[in-house]
Amino acid sequence: MSALLDRSKSAARAAWAHQYFRRLIWPLGVLLVLIVVNIAVTGFDFIIPSVHDGRLGGAFVNILRRSAPLLLIALGMTLVIATKGIDLSVGAVYAIGAAIACQWIIGRDQMSLGVVFVAVAIAIAVAAAIGAWNGLMVANFGIQPIVATLILMIAGRGIAQLITGGQIPSVSDETPFVELGRGAVLTIPVPIIIAGVVLAALALLTRTTALGMLLESVGGNPEASRLAGIRSKSITVLVYLVCGLCAGLAGLIGAANLGSADANNGGLWIELDAILAVVIGGTALLGGRFFLLGTTIGVAIIGTLEVTIINIGLSSQWQFTAKAIVVLVVALLQSPEFRAWVAKPLRGKRPGGAPSAKAESTGEEALVK
Amino acid sequence: MLKKALAGIGAGVLLLSLAACGSDDSGQGGSGGSGDEGLLIGFAQVGAESAWRTANSDSVQAAAEAAGHELKFVDGQQDQEKQITAVRDFIAQQVDVIVLAPVVETGWTDVLEEADAAGIPVVLADRGVDAADEDLYVTRLGSDFAEEGRKAGAWAAETFADTGAAVLELEGTVGSAPANDRASGFREAADEAGLEYEVLETQSGDFTAEGGKSVMETFIEKYDVKNDVDLLYAHNDEMGLGAIQALEENGIVPGVDVQIIIVDGSKAGFEAGVAGKLNYIVECNPAFGEQLMEVVESVDAGDEQEKFTPVEEGVFGPDDFEAELPNRQF
Repeated sequence: MSALLDRSKSAARAAWAHQYFRRLIWPLGVLLVLIVVNIAVTGFDFIIPSVHDGRLGGAFVNILRRSAPLLLIALGMTLVIATKGIDLSVGAVYAIGAAIACQWIIGRDQMSLGVVFVAVAIAIAVAAAIGAWNGLMVANFGIQPIVATLILMIAGRGIAQLITGGQIPSVSDETPFVELGRGAVLTIPVPIIIAGVVLAALALLTRTTALGMLLESVGGNPEASRLAGIRSKSITVLVYLVCGLCAGLAGLIGAANLGSADANNGGLWIELDAILAVVIGGTALLGGRFFLLGTTIGVAIIGTLEVTIINIGLSSQWQFTAKAIVVLVVALLQSPEFRAWVAKPLRGKRPGGAPSAKAESTGEEALVK
Repeated sequence: MLKKALAGIGAGVLLLSLAACGSDDSGQGGSGGSGDEGLLIGFAQVGAESAWRTANSDSVQAAAEAAGHELKFVDGQQDQEKQITAVRDFIAQQVDVIVLAPVVETGWTDVLEEADAAGIPVVLADRGVDAADEDLYVTRLGSDFAEEGRKAGAWAAETFADTGAAVLELEGTVGSAPANDRASGFREAADEAGLEYEVLETQSGDFTAEGGKSVMETFIEKYDVKNDVDLLYAHNDEMGLGAIQALEENGIVPGVDVQIIIVDGSKAGFEAGVAGKLNYIVECNPAFGEQLMEVVESVDAGDEQEKFTPVEEGVFGPDDFEAELPNRQF
């Protein structure tokens, strides 16, 4: 009896994994194409890591290191979007986190590990509190997520400016704080480690416990979830809290990398890149199913794209256009309708072609919903 | 209902106080024009969005006080509506001269015409307005970005006259006036001096340290910066300082393996200069308060003005960094 249950369980899991990875094929393909283009232009050095000063380097590793803040924010955003929400305030929270940490450190003994630890703790706590505030507005007061988080998107940078007094505070290059952005443990850059740990933690939390399913349920239909006995309000608050926390952490890494906090420009428009990464990764803005790994690939695509533009010698003016084209390509590739439409003339008169595409599309729609 | 009533009372009080100010100040303004009492100047500033801007506001306020003028300072918080309201208030208060640092270029015609009708001259500070409104202000005092670029180009031409130069350029926000003019000015001066140079690459770092650092990291992967690049030209301090970090983290000595020019001249920039990490600073000077007061006095006296008055801006080489550092205000 239990063996039978186990078997059906593992079969379900296999089917789920199959669906999951089918989702990832298209973004992964685009990322591979970008990598191949870069290798063609700059040689295999692009992908082969090298060690410099005890820290792993090389073009691709550097992309991953620089993308760590975006990845953290995009992961938080993925969870928020899974609940049918959105968080526009992450860029401002990034700036606030960076401002708090730098301002705390420059007023004290910069070399002291204790000071740095307290600075980091305060910054993360404030970021999480801001996230929880967003969640409360959405869950308890029924304010639409886009409006609730817009408030802090606008006000947040002002708060960050108040913290820094309108200046750009710079910490010493010797303070242990900068290791968060520049350091390495066993040659692996610290930002990559932090982002990796958060990715693993969120993946474990949402995939090995019921939390992930509850999240998707809240996103799919909050009212039905509530009636089914899921405490959707607490889950919503929790998700926004995690998102704020991730944004604060991203701000810390960014500030540590530069050794300074720029209230005006730190993490500017990062919320849009994060949303982009989530969408590229296959998570629908309608809520429900979410793909942390897809988001990760989306972040890698965005980071690689920026470098690709420089490597193939396009001018900066192309940056936005190129981004738009890549998003368009990924979005179209992910659309079963579009694929069926393209495939139709290729399949010629074979009658089986269209219906099977149709079946696939309804299957995926069900997935999304 | 209560709220509305309160708001009404508030507005009434505000109007009364404004009217009171107006009558007071008009008397003062009248005497200011003829006697040696100071002028009444209205200054609508952009906001407090950067250290440069804050230094600019401080400079203007200090200079007005030193010259014995009364300055009505309004922080526009980067909002054109607030600035328009401020200018209208200045007109109502009959100030002697209005100084405006417009947050954007368009949409000023109406309010400038009102000032014109009231006979109050308008001086623009730092930023400009649409060419169509050129007759509605007396002069613009601001930085000549192209001249800043030419200064950088001239230094490059002198420094690399014998060897020629391979240049990497970190430009500002795509399409912004300082980015465009600093780029074209540099090339103009370098061409004119007959410098043999090649700009290997121009990429935008968006005027931020983050942008400068990440673009520089990619440059370092793409080029053998240590051996093949002679000069890095950064359109502002922040990008230059970010690039310096990227160079150092990759074992390239900034200022030695590759020479560096930055535009702006903030305290942080000069500190890097003193540490030998960069070679030339072209100033973009926010401290034009005193010069602004001179222009305002001359406008009030009715003197003929050029449409554009460039701010006095210096250039600083390695020998000047240490001496100049204490004078930096932002």
